[in-house]
Amino acid sequence: MWRFLMTVIRRDLLLAARRKGDWLTSQFFFVMVVSMFPLGIGADPEQLRRVAGGVLWVAALLASLLSLQRLYADDHRDGSLEQMLLSPQPALILALGKAIAHWLIFGLPLLVIAPLLGLQFALPPDAIGTLVISLAIGTPVLSLLGGVGAALTLGLRGGGTLLTLLILPLYVPALIFGAGAVDGVLAGMGAEAQLSLLGAFMGLCLLLAPWVTGAALRVSVD
Amino acid sequence: MNLYHYAAPATFYHLAGRWIPWFAWGAALLAGIGLYISFFVAPTDFQQGEAYRIIFIHVPTAWMSMFIYLVMAFWCAIGLAFNTRLSFLMARALAPTGALFCFLALWTGALWGKPMWGAWWVWDARLTSQLILLFLYVGIMALWAAIDDPKRGDRAGALLILVGAVNVPIIYFSVTWWNTLHQGSSINLTKAPSMATIMLVGMLVMAVAAWLYTIAVAFVRVRGLILERERHTDWAQAALKEA
Repeated sequence: MWRFLMTVIRRDLLLAARRKGDWLTSQFFFVMVVSMFPLGIGADPEQLRRVAGGVLWVAALLASLLSLQRLYADDHRDGSLEQMLLSPQPALILALGKAIAHWLIFGLPLLVIAPLLGLQFALPPDAIGTLVISLAIGTPVLSLLGGVGAALTLGLRGGGTLLTLLILPLYVPALIFGAGAVDGVLAGMGAEAQLSLLGAFMGLCLLLAPWVTGAALRVSVD
Repeated sequence: MNLYHYAAPATFYHLAGRWIPWFAWGAALLAGIGLYISFFVAPTDFQQGEAYRIIFIHVPTAWMSMFIYLVMAFWCAIGLAFNTRLSFLMARALAPTGALFCFLALWTGALWGKPMWGAWWVWDARLTSQLILLFLYVGIMALWAAIDDPKRGDRAGALLILVGAVNVPIIYFSVTWWNTLHQGSSINLTKAPSMATIMLVGMLVMAVAAWLYTIAVAFVRVRGLILERERHTDWAQAALKEA
């Protein structure tokens, strides 16, 4: 089971390494969406600081949805997903491995980019630190919950838009706690409470989402 | 009574057909009584004036919008556990009514908010979570609409509804939290002033009317869905000729 998990992760990382354009797209999307905000709302540092947490988090949600469309679609098209589901290994492990790989490809680079964007938004260093921590705890939620949506919308027409409709409302707690942590630091209240709640939500998703994703894959591929 | 007997679409189709008039007329009658109480019997509120009367519509619709989601989650769990076709059809039949009530609750809330708070919309915890509930309804119906294969649609929708059902309390909690962080408690909806008995009676009558309406409409819709699914069977052909 452990070996199957590692194989799934390694396979996805290898595929991503061979096709750099694919995963870099969502990272650049993240940067671009964030950069549009100062152009839209004005460059006043005071105002930018106030909205930074929310803007970065919303951009992260959208970027994750962009990359999630591909999570199972390619494997579904070339038939390898069906083969993996036919293997004696539980679909839960497959879903978990896919989510971990997605996080390594999508979430981890985001943690590197976010501090730079935080500087552009005039965030003080402690708020930038909190932003990175909140993204570190929160982006696995995006990969896990998004996996459910990706599995449900597998092979449907308008899958990308549909995925957004299904999953964005479910992301709300992650957005509130994640952006709330940054705001909490800015307001001088500390971020422990929000980060703890975000961690609890992540734990719940880690427990339930791979299981639901596995069931959804079986429904969709059947 | 054998419940499995009525879980067969063919039997339920005829049973629902017999019950629809009762529920529909019951809903119409109670709505009439409820509206009479709300507009002519219930006294004017000394704080809010006449505008408070919107609660007779607003509160039952808000209740129903949440309750219908729970009922859908219940049917989906049953359907996934026991593989009963009818359960998924019930969930499908209920969703549009749930979304309608959700929209009405938001709409009447806005109408009430303008004279009371001076704004059509505030980002209050209840309003926000109601809006997200509407988004969930829309997402579920969009998923059903996108999947052509009925069996896959049933199960995919059921999974999404159950995930949503787990998430709804978390969303409500997080939105409440967010609300207290971002704005002061200038508006407090939770501290309801003690209500005159007749107002409560009016509201409850309207709530029961909303219940009966929901059942009647869901039965009409589920009959349509059953016929659509079973159109190749003999009994469905016979039922269509009758109608």
